[in-house]
Amino acid sequence: MVDATPAVSVSGRSRPFGLGLLGSVAGVAFTLALTFLGLTAITFVIARVMPVDPVLAIVGDRAAQDVYDQVYRQLGLDQPLYTQYLRYLGQLAQGDLGVSIMTAQPVMADLLRFFPATLELASVATLAGVLLGVPMGVLAAVKRGRWPDHLVRMVGLFGYSVPVFWLGMVGLLIFYAKLGWVAGPGRIDVFYDGIVEPVTGSILVDAALAGEWEIFDNAVSHLVLPASILATYTLAYIARMTRSFMLDQLSQEYVLTARVKGVSEKWVIWRHAFRNVLVQLITIIGLTYASLLEGSVLTETVFAWPGIGQYITASLFKNDMNAVIGGTIVVGVCFVGINMLSDLLYRMVDPRAR
Amino acid sequence: MKIRLRRFLFAFASIAALGAGPGTAVSATPANTFVMAKDIADIITMDPAEVFELTTGELIANIYDRIMMFEPEKLTELVGGVAESWEVSDDGRTIVFRIRPGLKFHSGNPVTPEDVAWSLQRVVKLNKTPAFIISQFGWKPDNVDDLVKVVDDERVSVTIVEDFSPGLVLNALSAGVASVVDKKLVMEHEQNGDMGYEWLKSNSAGSGPFRLTSWKANELVSMEAFAGYRHGAPAMARIIVRHVPEPSAQRLLVEKGDVDMARNLTPDQIKGVVGNTDLAVDGYPKGTLVYMAANMAHPVLGKAGVTEALRNLVDYEGMTGSLLAGQFVVHQAFWPGGLWGALEEKPFSVDVDKAKALLADAGHGDGFSVRIETLSNAPFPEIAQSIQATLAQAGIKAEILTFEGSALWPKYRARKHELILARWSPDYVDPHSNADAFAHNPDNRLEAKLTGVLAWRNAWADDETNALAVQARNELDLAKREGLYLELQRRLQHMGPYVIMFQQNEQVVRQKNVNGFVSGSNFDQVYYRNVTK
Repeated sequence: MVDATPAVSVSGRSRPFGLGLLGSVAGVAFTLALTFLGLTAITFVIARVMPVDPVLAIVGDRAAQDVYDQVYRQLGLDQPLYTQYLRYLGQLAQGDLGVSIMTAQPVMADLLRFFPATLELASVATLAGVLLGVPMGVLAAVKRGRWPDHLVRMVGLFGYSVPVFWLGMVGLLIFYAKLGWVAGPGRIDVFYDGIVEPVTGSILVDAALAGEWEIFDNAVSHLVLPASILATYTLAYIARMTRSFMLDQLSQEYVLTARVKGVSEKWVIWRHAFRNVLVQLITIIGLTYASLLEGSVLTETVFAWPGIGQYITASLFKNDMNAVIGGTIVVGVCFVGINMLSDLLYRMVDPRAR
Repeated sequence: MKIRLRRFLFAFASIAALGAGPGTAVSATPANTFVMAKDIADIITMDPAEVFELTTGELIANIYDRIMMFEPEKLTELVGGVAESWEVSDDGRTIVFRIRPGLKFHSGNPVTPEDVAWSLQRVVKLNKTPAFIISQFGWKPDNVDDLVKVVDDERVSVTIVEDFSPGLVLNALSAGVASVVDKKLVMEHEQNGDMGYEWLKSNSAGSGPFRLTSWKANELVSMEAFAGYRHGAPAMARIIVRHVPEPSAQRLLVEKGDVDMARNLTPDQIKGVVGNTDLAVDGYPKGTLVYMAANMAHPVLGKAGVTEALRNLVDYEGMTGSLLAGQFVVHQAFWPGGLWGALEEKPFSVDVDKAKALLADAGHGDGFSVRIETLSNAPFPEIAQSIQATLAQAGIKAEILTFEGSALWPKYRARKHELILARWSPDYVDPHSNADAFAHNPDNRLEAKLTGVLAWRNAWADDETNALAVQARNELDLAKREGLYLELQRRLQHMGPYVIMFQQNEQVVRQKNVNGFVSGSNFDQVYYRNVTK
């Protein structure tokens, strides 16, 4: 009966049977190339039409005209837009993302420093959101109309409606300033900076690899609060969606039939209904994770978290073109990568997607 | 590992559920380390030939010794930095500096006249934004080697081509561009004839009290003490400037003791910490001015009497008593108060009747509509709103538009503004620095593109004012020179396109056990070397 139940196809991305591995890889590569080309083109054009002067970001507002003109030419801004774009693509093809105005460092080096900070934060927040949000959503659906349901809906409403910025400040005030349970803003106490050699860029992983457990503890203490703030939003969303998906499944005839046949309630919920919401959940979780990886600017600002969100935002304000496009590409890679991972997971949980 | 994992999960779940959690030790700052919380997003380079931002101006002042300096022990007195003494030629055009013997760079290399000459030559040849501070003396890439040269093993001479007062030249040589750079070290990192430009962007090669050890953009700057500094090793072995963009987070950090000083608190937050017995609030008058300027090419604003009316339509005292309390004081002349040559007179206050009369004389007794363009960060929108309210009393309808600096400055430099509300800091401690920007506009044509000059940006030029500015710049007699600058400021108070309103008072919050931090009037006069805890 379970097998006969239609699993919801969310993405419509199921691959036709018989497509060879080579063709699949080529298709993915083509899609990726097209996506990145589009991303770079759109970002490039937007950056050029913005009323922000990248030259002034370098020379400052007091620069004499000859200094301004010199940098204008150095940046190639005296060239036609298409020439600038083609030149950039040429550099990109060689793996050169250029140098950031803001940091005076190669953009690639910046991304390798900022992105792991966001990856660490987003991964922990998503994990917490899933581990708490999914059971809460299931519980709310099963106990529909009763107090657990009301409680989950309240939590959902809270996570949705309270601004992250405010929640972050209140969290810092209570758990850092008043109670002293967690460390304050930043990824790590500054006194530990530079002790652990960066390998992965994740302080947690690098400290563990180096056996620096004191630093690991400190990094955990810094991570807990911002990750919890983000997780509040994530779990609210996931719990709400899980509840909704489960309610839909629990009202299906196959669930009624299973119950009539005497299947245990636990079995009905987890093996019948829940399995059929997995595809939808994977989509929701993937999108949530991707949006967090894009950078949670407000959380990163409140917690002085040197992540990709802050990096891209600050770059935008300075019209730091190389940094903006580099950051956009990373975000694009995240979305495409998570999308592909979701596709893979669909195939695992739904045989018809194989 | 299991215990750690369990602790992590427990802490995480606890916080997420807003429930009870484990205790986490919060560390105070070490006794030999001075930690500041500051917004350092403006840093884009550490090269003294290019540095022109507030944060880096401050940092390089602690990394490099300059030819001339204002020392923290007596901020009003110009003294030799790496220069032990100097002699001015009779015609006032050549100054010979004797370099202090025995000085060392952080690298251990000796500080030589060659380093001094090369540092100035490098600034002129690289021609980055602050180069004008010394290139105004007539130094160009093709003549600077002849005009700035080594005399012998102890002396270096500089010759100016223009008729500038030697006092002005000495003051200018206390600016960041006069930082003495370790030529040998820098040239080891030269690429494609760039005079070490790429390397020095994120490294240091100075002889100041601290050495740059790390700059992680948007994260932190770390410096360590230089034991061989000429005034002795600083008390603090390490200086750390943490990037904390959010003032509320800065406040929590300083209250918790995780930083020794918070640099960017708002007036409300300052009020909030005043009762804290562990903290102290210090105020330092800075040279930063807040002013409003009118584009004289505007059909109404350019009329006689209109800007004078505007000067009578600002609630100076009201703002410093409320929204700017503690952070700004009223100042109405182009050279900041407290400095040599400053005019302290404050002739303006809100006088709506007078303003209306002036507007009527200009043919706009019923007012007019105008845009006020300003920066989006505090306190500019708040000041703009106050001005909007007082302008309305005279019938002037002002629309406020806010921008990031990167979007506002292009409009200003292209003369596309109407009224602009902005800030200005002197580039070096000499009235000429501001007179050259506010008063001196030798060519008002649009195609002249004197985009660094405020008078040009506002399409304003006056021959008599120009002549007075040049006369003050060139005057050899110090007392006469001061008198000329007072006259120039008084003149601009009533005839320029400016409504100069406020001078900044920087407020910092420090732990009470932290002493010796000094912040002078100019943006780069911030000293860490006397800090103790």
